[in-house]
Amino acid sequence: MSPYETVIGLEVHAQLRTRTKMFCGCATAFGAAPNTQTCPVCQGNPGSLPVINRRAIEFGIRTALALGCRINLQNRFARKHYYYPDMPKNYQISQYEEPLAEHGTLELPGANGARGIGVQRLHLEEDVGKLVHEGELATARASQVDYNRAGVPLMEIVSKPDLRSPEEAGAYLRALRAIVVYLGVCDGNMEEGSLRCDANISLRIAGAEVLGTKVEIKNLNSFRHVEHALAYEVKRQAQALDAGERLVQETRLWDPDRGRTVAMRSKEFAHDYRYFPEPDLPPLDLEAATVEQIRAGLPELPAAKRARFVAAYGLTPYEAELLCQGRGLADYFEAAAREAGKPKVVANWVLNELLRELPGDDDAAVAACPITASRLAGLLTLIDDGTISGKIAKEVFEKMYRSGEDAATIVGREGLTQVADEGALAGVVDQVLAQHPKVVDDWRGGKKAALGFLVGQVMKSTQGKANPALVNRLLGEKLPKV
Amino acid sequence: MATPKISREDVQHVARLARLELSEAELERMRVEMDAILTYMDKLRSLDTAGVEPTSHAVPLHNVLRDDEPRPSASRDDMLANAPDRAGDFFRVPRIIEE
Amino acid sequence: MLAALTIEALGARFRDGSATPSAAAEAYLDRIAALDPKVRAFMTVTRDTALAQAAEADARFRAGAPRGPLDGIPIALKDVLCTRGITTACGSRILERFVPPYDATVYERLRAAGAVLLGKLNMDEFAMGSSTENSAFFTTRNPWDLGRVPGGSSGGSAAAVSADMAAATLGTDTGGSIRQPAAFCGNVGLKPTYGRVSRYGLVAFASSLDQVGPFTKTVADAAHVLRVIAGHDPQDSTSAEVPVSDYRGGLKGGVQGLRLGIPREYFIDGMDPEVERAVRAAVDVLRGLGAKTEEVSLPHTEYGLAAYYLIGPAEASSNLARYDGVRYGLRVPGARDIVEMESRTRAAGFGREVKRRIMLGTYALSAGYYDAYYGQALRVRTLVARDFRQAFERVDAIVAPTTPSVAFKVGEKEDPLQMYLNDVFTIPASLAGVPGVSLPGGFTLAGLPIGLQVIGKAYDEATVLRVAHAYEQATDWYTRKPVLP
Repeated sequence: MSPYETVIGLEVHAQLRTRTKMFCGCATAFGAAPNTQTCPVCQGNPGSLPVINRRAIEFGIRTALALGCRINLQNRFARKHYYYPDMPKNYQISQYEEPLAEHGTLELPGANGARGIGVQRLHLEEDVGKLVHEGELATARASQVDYNRAGVPLMEIVSKPDLRSPEEAGAYLRALRAIVVYLGVCDGNMEEGSLRCDANISLRIAGAEVLGTKVEIKNLNSFRHVEHALAYEVKRQAQALDAGERLVQETRLWDPDRGRTVAMRSKEFAHDYRYFPEPDLPPLDLEAATVEQIRAGLPELPAAKRARFVAAYGLTPYEAELLCQGRGLADYFEAAAREAGKPKVVANWVLNELLRELPGDDDAAVAACPITASRLAGLLTLIDDGTISGKIAKEVFEKMYRSGEDAATIVGREGLTQVADEGALAGVVDQVLAQHPKVVDDWRGGKKAALGFLVGQVMKSTQGKANPALVNRLLGEKLPKV
Repeated sequence: MATPKISREDVQHVARLARLELSEAELERMRVEMDAILTYMDKLRSLDTAGVEPTSHAVPLHNVLRDDEPRPSASRDDMLANAPDRAGDFFRVPRIIEE
Repeated sequence: MLAALTIEALGARFRDGSATPSAAAEAYLDRIAALDPKVRAFMTVTRDTALAQAAEADARFRAGAPRGPLDGIPIALKDVLCTRGITTACGSRILERFVPPYDATVYERLRAAGAVLLGKLNMDEFAMGSSTENSAFFTTRNPWDLGRVPGGSSGGSAAAVSADMAAATLGTDTGGSIRQPAAFCGNVGLKPTYGRVSRYGLVAFASSLDQVGPFTKTVADAAHVLRVIAGHDPQDSTSAEVPVSDYRGGLKGGVQGLRLGIPREYFIDGMDPEVERAVRAAVDVLRGLGAKTEEVSLPHTEYGLAAYYLIGPAEASSNLARYDGVRYGLRVPGARDIVEMESRTRAAGFGREVKRRIMLGTYALSAGYYDAYYGQALRVRTLVARDFRQAFERVDAIVAPTTPSVAFKVGEKEDPLQMYLNDVFTIPASLAGVPGVSLPGGFTLAGLPIGLQVIGKAYDEATVLRVAHAYEQATDWYTRKPVLP
């Protein structure tokens, strides 16, 4: 049992899905040719001036409300100074003493009930450009800069150091991602960089009040990276403390290839950002009514939706969590379940058959799915009323996906209607029994597998269209009499 | 109130923050001049400003916002025209070291 | 001689057909060619551009469809205002070859009004200075005495108007950089209310203080220029949505019954007695015209200088951080890494005064010192602004000297602190954001211009100009011109 308690805080940067940048009208679309989405403002040309993007403020408020933060109606931007070539003005317009929002909570579901992780603050700032090094950063003689990304709106969300394990940190990050994706404010894609995470971790003797020496971890490009890097750090720091070593407050980079964190070149001094209120931007003095309007427009959030799915549809928490990953999938499920009834069955089809076909589980993929929720409901209704068997239904599903037609059309055209006529099936069963006397003997001899074989033969004989339950019942009645 | 004496180390530190390479002679001259100016600033520190709000903006404007509507970006050639070292579509810079 | 005319007189000649914009442009260009080798006001003369723009104006007048009072009028801009395709160096080696890809809003508005660009004007580097001696390139001379400074930082803008090398120019004022050169060069220089005129395209020195304003030969001319350049700009978040008045129309009111305040703190030991005498005489003139005068107190005046020399450099250290040799401007070659490149570039590209202010500003903002220096300065600023607000409850405008002395000799003021003291009467209005104009208030026995300053309430340029106009028309200072060899 480790004598240490792990203390983790996460700093998340979310790129906002606005059409234009934070302080100018350049487009934010991903993938444009280098330096084609810039202007004197986002390149920090002499004489240029910033103008705040209204929608970025709205997205920030939306997120802050979803996290239960207190909105600072009076908030302002500040300049944060440091030199780096991806930052055109050598200062970043950010927020410092008066951020947009503070003191919220993110609820994490737990075995013993939900645990609230504190959100210290949420503020807005501008993103920096992209550097491409001529070789590896450590050895490159030169680098190249693309400012397309410079000026894209970023939302920084800083948690309180309330996380107590790498797993919990992973859960927090996933939950936060789900929220920002739900709100439509961010794509939540860590691999592409629209969601970024730095972690702070320290250990202390369990029960101690004072925090241990804090280490910052960077270069975490996926949820797995976050959990693995933190797990590594817990071990590394524990070993150091056990050996009586003093830990150094530093920044370390996660090296996923080698599975360890590496110290960055030690700094001679901490950054002195020389924050002061941005003189080019008048402060914000938001109206409470505006905030309430935004609050009223918030969609049902992931946690509430999950709880509702479990309660209303009898789903397991795991099923609910998978279905609620994105609003698109959750809405799809609900629409299908409302039409078809049988939510458990619908859930099963969505989570297995549908997700197997879809290229992704995001809103765009769901929206582009050739099988609409209504069509899925239609298919399930055909199973439910006995028109087709479950097995046939899977084939029909695939055909629906490829052709975009509805179930009834396909079933009708291909004559896939289940054979449920007892008389007709009785005849087939008699035929099969007559054709396989040896198997019948096997069955009499106690070989259960023989029954399966006979069922299979009946199905084969009816091109799979026989109602399996009926086939089983008929065989069950006739076999003993043979 | 003690007169702020700015040391050579202070000046060096500030020069580093400001990315200004100063020779020894310049460092010393800067130290002397800054010292004199900061001594003059003492006059400010003697003023009692308890309860006085700072003024960051001379005129009382608030909430200046713009709609999220795209505007045409500048042409790449225009923006790269002044580049001291242009590499195709990029700005090129010498070796970046982590500080 | 066309180049000696005011905007109004020149405009009248265009309208009655006795002169054309092209002729005016040629006249000014000839005068620049003849005189500027001595005065050295111009960084760049845009001859081809001027003639092309003048030709377009010619056509408009011929068609009987001129755009307004500024159509065809030859003007020049302080080299701190961005002009697309035309070098904008801000008096600095670090931008010596910088060609902006866009126009400053004020230039766009002047062009829309039909004005003709003669060129870009010399200045103290990044607008930091009071003599134009801090220009990295050369020092502009005062047309009234070529051995003396024209003032700064808009020295070129002031000198050009005085020497009739432009009908009007634009300068910028952060702590006095329009009003002080106007006083030294004997012309009208207006600093509008902060936010009255767009700063988009104005290369920033101190963002919360910088304002663009005109230099002209008369107050009426200044009213015309202000009308064109003032007004909200959606690209400048600090520009006000206050409607723009008909400033020219508003001049006619006279000063009968107006209450004018004479600030006790603006008459100090050590100021030039001729300046004091001239200003007191000016107050008498205004009284004679029907104004009521009374003494007012602006008790925090002396603290304004210290506050300004913290706020200005702090903001400047931030605004000038972008000059690093990465995207534009000078880059010193041969550095081993980017830190060395940037440090050497900035060391080579910035002059002494600029470096001094960057260092001071960086220090004032740095950890541990913010509250004592920058924070304190911002609080003092509140007190200075409050002084004006309280005074304006009793008076409609304030009349005062512009500077404590007249133009000094080139090279005379080496000590930076001594140079800073020049601005003691202009800084407070900048800190408070209120408008101020300097206009000719007389001459010393030696023939050097003395400036009279009128300061008004925020957005009350109308009253400021009205008082100035009444005084101007009751005297003949504005008719005197320097004799140039």
